[in-house]
Amino acid sequence: MARTHYREIDGRSGGFYALLAGLGALIAAGLGAAWYMEHYGHYVTGMSNRIVWGTPHVFAVFLIVAASGALNVASIASVFGRSLYKPLARLSGLLALTLLAGGLAVLVLDLGRPDRLIVAMTHYNFKSIFAWNIFLYTGFFAVVALYLWTMFEHRAGGHSKPAGMVAFLWRLVLTTGTGSIFGFLVAREPYNSALLAPLFIIMSFSFGLAVFVLVLMAACRGSGRALGDALLARLGRLLGVFVASVLYFVVVYHLTNLYIARQHEVEWFILVGGGVYTALFWIGQILIGSIVPLVLLFAPALSGSHRAIAAAAICVIAGGMAQVYVLIIGGQAYPQLVFPDKEVASSFFDGVVAAYAPSLPEVALGVGGVALALALTAVALKVLPFLPQSLADGDVEPVKA
Amino acid sequence: MSPDRRRFLGWGAAAAAGVALAPALRLIELAQARSPEEAASALQRWGLLIDTAKCTDCEVCVTACHEENGVTGHGRPATDAQWIRKVSLRDRRTGYAQTLPLMCQHCEHPPCVDVCPTGASFRRADGIVLVDKHTCIGCRYCVMACPYGARSFIHEDVSGQKPDVPRGKGTVESCTLCVHRVDRGETPACVTACNRDGGKAMVFGDLNDSGAEIYRRLRSQPSTQVRADLALNTGVRYQGL
Repeated sequence: MARTHYREIDGRSGGFYALLAGLGALIAAGLGAAWYMEHYGHYVTGMSNRIVWGTPHVFAVFLIVAASGALNVASIASVFGRSLYKPLARLSGLLALTLLAGGLAVLVLDLGRPDRLIVAMTHYNFKSIFAWNIFLYTGFFAVVALYLWTMFEHRAGGHSKPAGMVAFLWRLVLTTGTGSIFGFLVAREPYNSALLAPLFIIMSFSFGLAVFVLVLMAACRGSGRALGDALLARLGRLLGVFVASVLYFVVVYHLTNLYIARQHEVEWFILVGGGVYTALFWIGQILIGSIVPLVLLFAPALSGSHRAIAAAAICVIAGGMAQVYVLIIGGQAYPQLVFPDKEVASSFFDGVVAAYAPSLPEVALGVGGVALALALTAVALKVLPFLPQSLADGDVEPVKA
Repeated sequence: MSPDRRRFLGWGAAAAAGVALAPALRLIELAQARSPEEAASALQRWGLLIDTAKCTDCEVCVTACHEENGVTGHGRPATDAQWIRKVSLRDRRTGYAQTLPLMCQHCEHPPCVDVCPTGASFRRADGIVLVDKHTCIGCRYCVMACPYGARSFIHEDVSGQKPDVPRGKGTVESCTLCVHRVDRGETPACVTACNRDGGKAMVFGDLNDSGAEIYRRLRSQPSTQVRADLALNTGVRYQGL
């Protein structure tokens, strides 16, 4: 195989500046929303004392989960030695950093006291998974930055594999930490399962690769680079395997709950009677997020079609957002079981499904985080050679059978 | 009277007075609250016992709590803070109805303290679970973790704060067991109000003090913890539940 030549994207076209301007406007709107929420207090959002984590957390968790998953393409190349993916490794590392930055920005700006971020950096309770995550997230930045350096710097080329191994293990721990934020909540029936950690890991594989595929296609199209059919088809099949794996974990999770009598009510809530959450589960998560992409990726008639793969990736992202929404917000909307076997009523909304509707500031903050991730990616592609000059099938290693 | 005899009688009278007064002085010492400089001690475990049979439909505990702690609403029930609330229960099978006050249960193993990233949620040595308003960053993870829905996030500016009870927008708060009153040797406002104007359903005291009413009643009568299955060893106990 010929040596891969990397080159910055040109980034001088009107389209590129229009993209940056659009993303900049969304980032500004997100910052404005954060200021509005902090100035007036969170009562201006859809959140309440029963739904304390709202739409910003859906965006933040999605971005953080996708960040660790976006690194997978690099891991497959460095750790598992698949040289086909090697030309994509730099973009994979870049997206891991930018998606995490976007997600963390949303999370921090939604805090009740974002001005006290320094407190979170100086006071630790090491029994808290949040405290672990502060180290896991900052450490991830450092580890992936080092990994990227070994890819860019020829003299460090030999260290790419061990650096990739450290980054891969780190990201597994990181996503375990993200899943355990919910998995370790003993007092909420929809969470409280060790299964959430591996579920989050496989979700990250799927969401991260979907984002990666779309960014790769957009970057190649925008910079006039060739993108080989075989390479993209390979990524598409991998995405299909990840989507099927997520579906498998979701099925096992719900089957387990259906077997446990005291979990029947929460299952009924999600699967049958939960209104918007039931709709989001079946239509968003299962149909759009799992079944449609599987058809698009594996139907022989569509085999390898760029459009089908792009559409599948968009579906995976939409379904993934629905999945995180059902998990985070549906999980809180379901009433806490404080007095088993009793009908409960109070002025504090005990015993009833908590009402929640996303508010404009929340959506603006979340979208601002996505825009930040994409803008950082676009700028990075312009200033450093993250992308190969060509990803045409002849220029990357032929796909082995 | 010889000087020796007079001196002997003087000493004798002093000794008798000392013997008579010492227990009284000791009792005063016991009854007095510890000084502000003295740290809370694990020798005590403050708690509540609530007899649901005596709990009536009134809300005097709620009113007294919110007055004592300066907890005022903005007419927005979904986001206004509630430190204590009356909960109505009805047994699904038998239809038996009852009502009780629910607040922070001051667990020995509080999930809110476990999950707090900065250590702002903490448990005092004497069992009172509190939030340090200076280190709370408003992440609301404790609200997610609390099994009793006892915590409130402050969704907007607060006014009319009491000197003993600092509060602030963007942080989380809950029942403090009226720690400022307990430290002065008084009982929590809800208990005082219930015994004065309500059904006399609440007893406050030291779960470790064999002389305390709460200790005697818990020892001699059946009681339960809410969500006892979680093994959190709550400081608030219920009878008739």
